[in-house]
Amino acid sequence: MEGSKPKLKLAIYWAAACGGCCVSVLDVHEKLFDVIAAADLVFWPIALDIKYEDVEQMPDNHIDVTLFNGAVRNSENEHMAKLLRRKSIILVAYGSCSHLGGIPGLANFSTKEEIFRRIYEESESTINPEKIKPLPQFEVKEGILNLPVFYNDVRALAQVVDVDYFLPGCPPQSERLLEVFAAIVSGVELPPKGSVIGAETKAQCDECTREKTENKRIKKFYRPWEISDDGVTCFMEQGVLCMGPATRAGCGWRCIKGNAPCRGCYGPTPGVTDPGTKMMSAIASIIDEKEPEEISRVLEDVVDPAGLFYRFSLPVSLIRRKLS
Amino acid sequence: MRTITIDPITRLEGHGKIEIFLNDEGEVNNVYFQVPELRGFEKFCEGRPVEELPAIVAKICGVCPGCHHMASGKAVDAVFGVEPPPTAKKLRELFYMAHFVHSHTAHFYALAAPDFVVGPYAPPSKRNILGVIEKVGKEIGTEVIKQRRLAQEIQALLGGHQTFVVMNIPGGVRKGLSELERDDIIDKAKGFVEFAKFTLKIFEDFVLKNNEYIDIILNGPYTLKLHSMGLVDANNKVNFYDGKVRVVDSEGKELYKYSPVEYLDYVAEHVEPWSYLKFPYLKKIGWKGFVEGQNSGIYHATPLSRLNAADGMATPLAQKEYERMYSTLGGKPVHAILAMHWARLIELLYSAERCLELAMDPDITGKELRSPLGPIPGEGVGIVEAQRGTLTHHYWTDEKGMVTKVNIIVGTTNNHAAICMSIKKAAQGLIKKGVEVNNGILNMIEMAFRAYDPCFSCATHCFPGQMPMILEIREANGELIQRLIRD
Repeated sequence: MEGSKPKLKLAIYWAAACGGCCVSVLDVHEKLFDVIAAADLVFWPIALDIKYEDVEQMPDNHIDVTLFNGAVRNSENEHMAKLLRRKSIILVAYGSCSHLGGIPGLANFSTKEEIFRRIYEESESTINPEKIKPLPQFEVKEGILNLPVFYNDVRALAQVVDVDYFLPGCPPQSERLLEVFAAIVSGVELPPKGSVIGAETKAQCDECTREKTENKRIKKFYRPWEISDDGVTCFMEQGVLCMGPATRAGCGWRCIKGNAPCRGCYGPTPGVTDPGTKMMSAIASIIDEKEPEEISRVLEDVVDPAGLFYRFSLPVSLIRRKLS
Repeated sequence: MRTITIDPITRLEGHGKIEIFLNDEGEVNNVYFQVPELRGFEKFCEGRPVEELPAIVAKICGVCPGCHHMASGKAVDAVFGVEPPPTAKKLRELFYMAHFVHSHTAHFYALAAPDFVVGPYAPPSKRNILGVIEKVGKEIGTEVIKQRRLAQEIQALLGGHQTFVVMNIPGGVRKGLSELERDDIIDKAKGFVEFAKFTLKIFEDFVLKNNEYIDIILNGPYTLKLHSMGLVDANNKVNFYDGKVRVVDSEGKELYKYSPVEYLDYVAEHVEPWSYLKFPYLKKIGWKGFVEGQNSGIYHATPLSRLNAADGMATPLAQKEYERMYSTLGGKPVHAILAMHWARLIELLYSAERCLELAMDPDITGKELRSPLGPIPGEGVGIVEAQRGTLTHHYWTDEKGMVTKVNIIVGTTNNHAAICMSIKKAAQGLIKKGVEVNNGILNMIEMAFRAYDPCFSCATHCFPGQMPMILEIREANGELIQRLIRD
């Protein structure tokens, strides 16, 4: 290593996640060899054999950068978030779940009791006359078994610990990850703490690959299966709800390229605190009606607005969670 | 009584934990494999428009999102009471074969091969994908990464994104295939077939030619006599995308063959208070506890069970390998769970061949992508074979197609009880009075569940592969006697 500066110490961890963020790291494909050449992976359960003890015993701030993916759903997730915060100089909320709560955050529409009841009692395939539910501590005849505590709601990483940067996406585009990684390795001055990195500042619509006439107005919203998408025209102008107006660009329009409308995984554009408010104004501005009754008739076509506007961001939204 | 906690850094990594209780003789009394996680998709899908579900449920697992997308797409079709046109069906299956190529490739090289190519007793620091590359050479390592990339590219082309595909819409698919794109897929698929053959050759050279490994596979504490489940086509050949679910008993005789809509008559789930994950079993036999054999209700749904449950493979090269595996291992059904690695590679070859077949099918570039929709009947079941087992999605909606209820039985969940029992058997076979519990033994126990699917994918959302382990042996009063760290 020519005795120059030490290699970057990188950690990747998941909490309440699906594994897709870790797959996005693998999806740098052949460039994985470059990543390994520039950084020592000191913790990455997906591929490497690094011990629990190792992390506990690392001095504080031992890890240069931790990419933390997944939301905080239970006591283990919280424990890990706090541990890795302590051990890392830079803690990055990597991906939608860590950034905004993500899809698991939709669980905040329900209470813990409702979730347990559906899964362990009401589920059609479940036979559980004694209504047994998993317990944090349970005594079997041989001894005691423990499980993490399932919390009442889902939280994003920054609602639990201090976060340095946010790298959005479900999952983040692998190209964006490589850009951010190259910047960190090169030692250039990083943006201010709390910044969203690896994404753009514009909205999806600003550079969308679909055609937009700008002054088109509509009289009805459709479910995607109610129309024959022409594959070219802006979804909103075809009357199909698309989260593009309220969503930050940077994903490469991958759903759009698959002929599906945006669902907002990159989170709100800068300056937008609540994607729901932003979407309501985008919707209002495209409706071709003047009378309030007519407008509300068109708005009735917008089914499940909360589930759409906050598809990836319910835990950090103004609504945040169901209370009881 | 002593307790051994094999904790794959549960409190830290948080996705799987093994507790082994020893008796006073130092022998294994009982073993618990616990799944400490739950996210509750079944509940929070309620209230959503049903057409959004294929994209939402894909987020159950980032390792096999395509499986959930497909099972969900089929369930949504059923909710609308439609069948997609032939082109759409074939495009879905084409996507799905690329998904299998990507997943089975990643699985074998990154997760399974370290135990066999590098060796079960190799230093743990070498027992990972980098160790495999070191052993087989960087050239081959690069080829593995390339083939997986090409499979991801096919998925991205057909589904918008290589991971979280947005392909399915009620009654069909959102996007067709041009002839130029089709030609490119044909080239890639030809490469997959060669690559799958090459991978089987690696398996032969490193595993089958090593008598010690064959002995471990056949005579180690890794045999579990269970019923086998798998999706089959009209000729009872293995199929991943469509067909009926067939269950053969532990002696290889057909027990049931049912359509997706009938699944509730055949499968039920049991709840234990010490795990967040449920335990499916064959309903007509009933839950008899964690026991193996002909009278038990426990089955497995894995690459090996799929091969056991079928009469063969639908493509020629895979069929030849299928016959070779059963003649080498002493006929059907095979209960040696480590043979799952072999079965998985036979499936890799099948996926590659089927991918090529579909790409060359004249229908694949057809223009009819969606079937017209009528009134919404409001209930539907979709079943596919996920890489890690039979995957069932069942939705109910109101007359507008808004979701009122969801029931999901995930691939790996099928195998929860089987995994528990395999771990117990391995522990009982390896931990004996007077035998020092060392790192090698830990890895041998780990191999018991790695065979099923080191990914634990959707069920636990865990991707362990090489899971670090801490093993503590304690007196009943909690006093630590021995602590071992498998690093």
